[in-house]
Amino acid sequence: MKKIKCALIGSGNIGTDLLYKLKRSEVLEPVWMVGIDAGSEGLARARDLGLKTTHEGVDGLLPHVLDDDIRIAFDATSAYVHAENSRKLNALGVLMIDLTPAAIGPLCVPPVNLRDIAARGPVMNVNMISCAGQATIPIVAAVGAVQPVDYAEIVASLSSRSVGPGTRANLDEFTFTTSNALEKVGGAKRGKALAIINPADPPLIMRNTIYCEVEGTPDRDAITASVLEMIRQVQVYVPGYRLVNGPDFNGNCVAVFMEVAGLGDYLPTYAGNLDIMTAAAARTAEMFAQGILDGSETLRHLESV
Amino acid sequence: MGKSKLEGRKVTLHDMSLRDGMHAKREQIPVETMVRIASGLDKAAVPYIQVTHGAGLGGNSIQHGRALASNADYITAVAAVVKQAKISVLLIPGLGTMRELQEAYDCGARSVHVATHCTEADTSPQHIAFARKLGMDTTGFLMMSHLNDAKGLTEQALLMESYGANTVYVTDSAGYMLTEDVTEVVSRIRDALKPETEIGFHGHHNLGLGVANSIAAIAAGASRIDASLAGLGAGAGNAPLEVLAAVCDRMGIETGADTFALMDLAEDVVVPFMDHLVRVDREALTLGYAGVYSTFLLPARRAAERFGVPARDILIELGRKKMIGGQEDMIQDTAMTMARARGLLPGAA
Repeated sequence: MKKIKCALIGSGNIGTDLLYKLKRSEVLEPVWMVGIDAGSEGLARARDLGLKTTHEGVDGLLPHVLDDDIRIAFDATSAYVHAENSRKLNALGVLMIDLTPAAIGPLCVPPVNLRDIAARGPVMNVNMISCAGQATIPIVAAVGAVQPVDYAEIVASLSSRSVGPGTRANLDEFTFTTSNALEKVGGAKRGKALAIINPADPPLIMRNTIYCEVEGTPDRDAITASVLEMIRQVQVYVPGYRLVNGPDFNGNCVAVFMEVAGLGDYLPTYAGNLDIMTAAAARTAEMFAQGILDGSETLRHLESV
Repeated sequence: MGKSKLEGRKVTLHDMSLRDGMHAKREQIPVETMVRIASGLDKAAVPYIQVTHGAGLGGNSIQHGRALASNADYITAVAAVVKQAKISVLLIPGLGTMRELQEAYDCGARSVHVATHCTEADTSPQHIAFARKLGMDTTGFLMMSHLNDAKGLTEQALLMESYGANTVYVTDSAGYMLTEDVTEVVSRIRDALKPETEIGFHGHHNLGLGVANSIAAIAAGASRIDASLAGLGAGAGNAPLEVLAAVCDRMGIETGADTFALMDLAEDVVVPFMDHLVRVDREALTLGYAGVYSTFLLPARRAAERFGVPARDILIELGRKKMIGGQEDMIQDTAMTMARARGLLPGAA
């Protein structure tokens, strides 16, 4: 079967974990891995897995995009360089899946709005929000499908070892990006995101608590059914997405206590926060790849600006 | 009896009644009461008064409880009455943001504790740098210090100093540290940091060591101490401010504060408005004994009442699971899991 060829930008933990997931895909074929450090472990690993690599950043990839028929690129670098990466690759007709908090394109949580985004017409950049966003927005949307959510608050507990220097130095950005997406994608009138980094050893599995204050008295049975169904949908691409406690009802507040274990592709299983990002990104790309393969999705060459 | 070998040492007192004390009041201190207490502290010449939600900027939440007023309203009201004291705020990155720090500054705050867990100082560079840019007195606040060793804490303190903190605190959030631990940690950090960087200590009284540990910190080189009137704070409270001031007087440590005025404020204003007597009761002692975040006390009692598992059992389990400040959601989660295991809650999750 024909596959859509992809490039990965960023040869760190996320890029490497994503590479393992793409290798398993039936519709995606990872061809290029882009880094900025010739000695990077991630680039060496990618070469071992048969990818072409460059350590000259996106500029090292550009001359090969058309020859190698690269149609989709994943950016796992940082919000600061993403805009430039996206502009250069969009100009060559490459769809960007953005794993940074840059949020240039529509915010995407696969089971919540991926179909809508794909159906809305040509899109050249899709943003994956944040790990906490991927882990919690499905639940907010599931509650919101039953009755309006006035306020959604989420608490993401991350293992210290799974939080890289970029996130650490920019925690405010993580907070703002996730809070905004609770509203824009989750559908809550107001959203608030809290992050806690726990250094316990052995490392703790990612935990997420989702609180939703709903309009009126919560319809317990309908909300419980909706939440359980949504969990099943996330489990399709993140098998370790598990309900620990709840839904618990206290007044108009619904509380759901989740755990996210990763697949352990490259990162250890406790780093469910990284796994859910790479799994969501792969799933999003697969949806677009299917569209490209069956002709329903066309990628435009954007003018350079 | 004469004074002590610490005679002549100068220490800056930092009141916590209106921030850590918010925990003991379930965040329900009325603005008027804050103003009254802050005004009393100001007249008693306490140089720093911390005013925010117990969890600091951004603290108003389901996770941490909703206060009677916004941080902006509290700070603005207190700023209008204090004459000499500086108003400080707490900022925990991941919860509070620089936007809220700017707002607090605009309302009159001039000092900030930028707090991280004791191993995660590298989540604070933006906030510390921003506070310095605003010209604020800036503290790096290493919470749950007992979960790191002296060497590790020193490395974290050096990081915070490198981001621009002019003071670094050893923060015994669980009231777990023994006096000898405080001596070792503070001495080591004092040796490592620049002479102009101050060292602070924030104690909790869960093992009854709040004052003793504060004095040990001073002896080891700390020059800033957090304390609160009648100990009003999380767990068994902070080091009681009026007691600390009295001990400092006796030892010849100069605080500049009016000890009798603090005694009156504690007795006449703070104690009568406590919801529960802040003391080393069974659960507060459990915090200090097991090394659990002091703020977990009241939510654990609420979860105990709701799910039928004793608060002490919940707290011990939270300590075993190494839950840290900010993970208040895990109190209910843990209580529910324990209740299910004990057959008190139906169904599997």
